Amino acid sequence: MATGHAPTASEYIVHHLTQLNTSGHAQENVIDWSIINIDTLFYSVLIGALGLYFLWRAASKATSGVPGRFQAAVELLVEMVADQAKGIVHSAESRKFVAPLALTVFVWIFLMNAMDLLPVDLLPRIGEMFGIHYMRVVATADLNGSLGMAIGVLLVCLYYNVKIKGASGWIHELFTAPFGSHPLLYPVNFLMQMIEFLAKTVSHGMRLFGNMYAGELVFMLIALLGGTATVFGFVGHVIAGSIWAIFHILIITLQAFIFMMLALVYIGQAHESH
Amino acid sequence: MNLNATLIAQLVVFFILVVFTMKFVWPPIVKALDERAEKVANGLAAADKAKADLAHAEKKVVEEMRKARESAGDVRASAEKQASQLVDEARAEAARIIAQAREAAEAEAATAAERAKEALRDQVANLAVAGAEKILRKEVDAKAHADLLANLKQELQ
Repeated sequence: MATGHAPTASEYIVHHLTQLNTSGHAQENVIDWSIINIDTLFYSVLIGALGLYFLWRAASKATSGVPGRFQAAVELLVEMVADQAKGIVHSAESRKFVAPLALTVFVWIFLMNAMDLLPVDLLPRIGEMFGIHYMRVVATADLNGSLGMAIGVLLVCLYYNVKIKGASGWIHELFTAPFGSHPLLYPVNFLMQMIEFLAKTVSHGMRLFGNMYAGELVFMLIALLGGTATVFGFVGHVIAGSIWAIFHILIITLQAFIFMMLALVYIGQAHESH
Repeated sequence: MNLNATLIAQLVVFFILVVFTMKFVWPPIVKALDERAEKVANGLAAADKAKADLAHAEKKVVEEMRKARESAGDVRASAEKQASQLVDEARAEAARIIAQAREAAEAEAATAAERAKEALRDQVANLAVAGAEKILRKEVDAKAHADLLANLKQELQ
C-alpha cells in the first residue's frame, strides 16, 4: 500500500488479514509469545466495555415495577440466558457464576462479530490516516481472540470438575471413564479424556474463528468486486454485499449463541459424573 | 492465523468481563425480575381472593334479602292481626256503649212513663172525685172517703 501502486487482489486481502501487532510487521512464526495483537485487544476490550456498560446501565436502573423498553430488552436477554443456564447447569450455586458468564459471552461475542457488518475498509482506512497501517476490526476473526475465550471456558470446566467431584474424584474419573475401571484401561481412558478436553476447546474456539474469518473474507472478496470500478462490479458489490450482510446478521447471532450454549454444555458436563 | 500472547490477554479480559457481569449486571436484573414475578403472583392471588370475596358477599346479600323479606312478611302478618284485633275490640266496646246507652234511655223512658202514669192517675182520681161530687151534688168529704179514694187510685193502676 505504502509503495504507491494500487494493490493486487491478493495484496489487498493479505494486507487486510494482517494484524496490528507489537512487532510492527506480520507475524512470521505460527506461535510467538512475544507478540500481542493490539487491534484484537483494543477492539475486544472496547466492545466488551461498551456492551457491559449498557448492561450495567440497565441493571443499575432496574426496577421491579413497569420496565422501560431498554430494561425490557435487557431483561429479555437475561431471561433467555437464565433459562438456558437453568436447563443445562443444574447446580443453583454454580449458576450464580455460570449464568453471568454465559450472558457476558453472548453479548461480547455478538458485538465483536457485529463489527463484521461495518464496511471492511472503513476503520482500517481511518487508521491509515493516523499512520496505523494494519488493522483487523473483528476480534473473533483472530484465532487468539476466540481460542482465548474457549480456553477461558476450559479453565472454568476444570475448576468445576475439581470443585464438584473433588481432586481425587476427578482424577479417578480421568482414569476410569469412559471405558471402565480396569488397570489395563487406565491409559486408554486417560488418553480419551485428554483428547476430549482438547477437542472440545479447540473446536469451540475454531468454530467461532472459522465462521467469522470466512465471513470477513467473503466481505473482502465482495469489496474487491466493487474495487474493479466497473458497472458490473459496482452492481455486484451492492447486491452481493447486501445479501451477504443480511445473511451475516444470522451468522453473527448464531455463532454468539452457539458459543454461549457450548460453554454452558461443557460447564454442565463438568458437573456430571460419568 | 497465528497464535501469540493476545490469547493470554484475551483470557484475562474474558474473566474480567465475566466477573464484572457477575457482580454488577446480573444480580440487579435478576432481582428485579424475581420481584416483579412475586408482585404479579401477589396481584393474581389478590384478584382471586377479591373474586371469592365478591361471590361470598353476593351470596350473603341474597341471604340477607331473603331474611329481610321473610321478616317483613312476619311483621305485616302480625300488624294485620293486631289491627283486626283492635278493630274487634273497638267494635265490642262500641256495642257495649250502645247497649249501655240504650239501657239508660229505656230506664229513663220507663221512669218518665211511670211518672206520667202517676200524674194521670192523680188527675183521674181528682176527676173521679170531682165527677162523683157533681153526681152526688154534695161534697165528698175527702177525709171521710180517703180510703175509698185510695182504693180507687189503686184500682186505676
